[in-house]
Amino acid sequence: MPDEVVENSEETNGAPDSGETAEEVKTPPGEDLKEVVESAFPGAVLEQSAYEDHEDETTFVLGVDSLVAVATHLRDHGDSLFKLLTDLTAAHYPEAENPFEMLYHLYSIEHNRRLRLKVRIKEGQAVPTVSGIWTSADWMEREVYDLFGIEFEDHPDLRRILLPDNWGSHPMRKDYPLEGRGERIYTKPTRKEIGD
Amino acid sequence: MVGVANVSRIEQQSTVHGTEELVINMGPQHPSTHGVLRVILKLDGETVNDLDCDIGYLHRGTEKIGENITYTMFIPYTDRLDYIAAPSNNLAWVTAVEKFFDWEIPMRAQYIRSMVGELSRIASHLLWLATHALDIGAMTVFLWCFREREMVLDLFETAFGGRLTVNAFRLGGLHEDVPDKFLQLTQEFIDIFPSRIDDYETLLTNNRIWLQRTRDVGIISAEDAMDLGLTGPIIRGSGVSWDLRRAKPYAAYPYLDFVVPVGENGDIYDRYLVRIEELRQSTRIIQQCLEQLPGGPVTCKTPRTIKPPEGEIYHSIENPKGEFGFYIVSDGTTTPYRVRIRPPSFINLGGLKKLCVGQLVADVVAIIGSIDIVLGECDR
Repeated sequence: MPDEVVENSEETNGAPDSGETAEEVKTPPGEDLKEVVESAFPGAVLEQSAYEDHEDETTFVLGVDSLVAVATHLRDHGDSLFKLLTDLTAAHYPEAENPFEMLYHLYSIEHNRRLRLKVRIKEGQAVPTVSGIWTSADWMEREVYDLFGIEFEDHPDLRRILLPDNWGSHPMRKDYPLEGRGERIYTKPTRKEIGD
Repeated sequence: MVGVANVSRIEQQSTVHGTEELVINMGPQHPSTHGVLRVILKLDGETVNDLDCDIGYLHRGTEKIGENITYTMFIPYTDRLDYIAAPSNNLAWVTAVEKFFDWEIPMRAQYIRSMVGELSRIASHLLWLATHALDIGAMTVFLWCFREREMVLDLFETAFGGRLTVNAFRLGGLHEDVPDKFLQLTQEFIDIFPSRIDDYETLLTNNRIWLQRTRDVGIISAEDAMDLGLTGPIIRGSGVSWDLRRAKPYAAYPYLDFVVPVGENGDIYDRYLVRIEELRQSTRIIQQCLEQLPGGPVTCKTPRTIKPPEGEIYHSIENPKGEFGFYIVSDGTTTPYRVRIRPPSFINLGGLKKLCVGQLVADVVAIIGSIDIVLGECDR
């Protein structure tokens, strides 16, 4: 259906944030934040990207080992001050070499800007918890554990949060069937398990 | 009052007989938990020592549904998240998807979006005030608030046909222009509403019982609020002047004049004052929208099949309950590869433990009310 798609790319957007976007075309967004990270941890940012050079979509890909140190540095450094962990989630790419992507959306109220951190991990690989840096990560990591089956090292209270404790699988994985009984295993808990 | 001598006697007794933590189960059918929230409280006498929330009763896998239908088909599903303020959710989704494109949304559509977004904020805050006051024991406020909320729902019905789940907006603008009657009725509502806010305030703001139940209860500092990821009126009640309508403007907000109210102490009373002031500011915004509303089309030219280019975006708006956002990964097809809903109620509820520990069991009800959760969006 290529004839149905209208090309809008030559039109300039009248949206209020377009002024910022136009400035950002010269230098890739997030270069200053990269410097903040690289000054303390050289080589920590493995990849840098941003959707259509939107400043808010700045994305850094980090290694699993450097995640906690870099995140703490970004929270405390005066030029970043990402004190708010807006969102923590994951995405599943079954075909990829590292099929799981952990996503951390940070926001700085002082500088009014966003940053996305990414960590790519293998099946069954555990991720260090960031709940020691932002307490809000506690519940969101429990949700990722529940729906994706990713384990978090040193998490204070890693339990399922949305689904029942004995739900046998992780529904947000791409191989989870949409219909039918599939792997939707639910066994009725015994009285002993409930603690009755 | 228990004298010093008596206290030591009680201590002696307790060492002889031993004291025990009392575990109390609150919900999921408790009326003050505002839906299906279950809280397991561990009490020492009347003081809360620890608590654990049990959520997920309303989990419907909305994110998974979103990953298997088209971008347009997902709009009605967003209604069912925060069903108290459905148009706000629609707005978050359509503005998030529009971030993939360079569409120029007509100004008339932007103004109507802001206007309906503020009406849904009024509807949401009225339901919060009604149930919050009822939890603490004020019955009249409940009846009065529902009287006005009914008027707002009638406005939605006039404009979009639906009352609760309205499916208000479309990608690229609106489905069709709102009828003139909607604008006329909105003006009539705006004319009477400020005096109604005054009426609520005469019942509560200086009411001695209300003050005793809300002042210095459930205090959270600005630093703690940020650490817990709290957003919306809660973080503003703690003195952080941060509103996404101002920080990251969307729709017609860059052209509208409004004040972001902030509290000082971060207690329940400050959150109450912030939300009451937000009601007034919403009224102001709607009045400006009605005055400035331009003519012209309400939708831009959009392709028949919505196929965003490959990439990932995060976009959020200021919902009545806090920051409500979507993280979308597009693989270039008609269905999103990954949809993540950033739910304010879920994350704000994560702060309940911090707010409640050390408080009295009767305050837990007031604190849950002051967080203003809706379980449809919390559980998704």
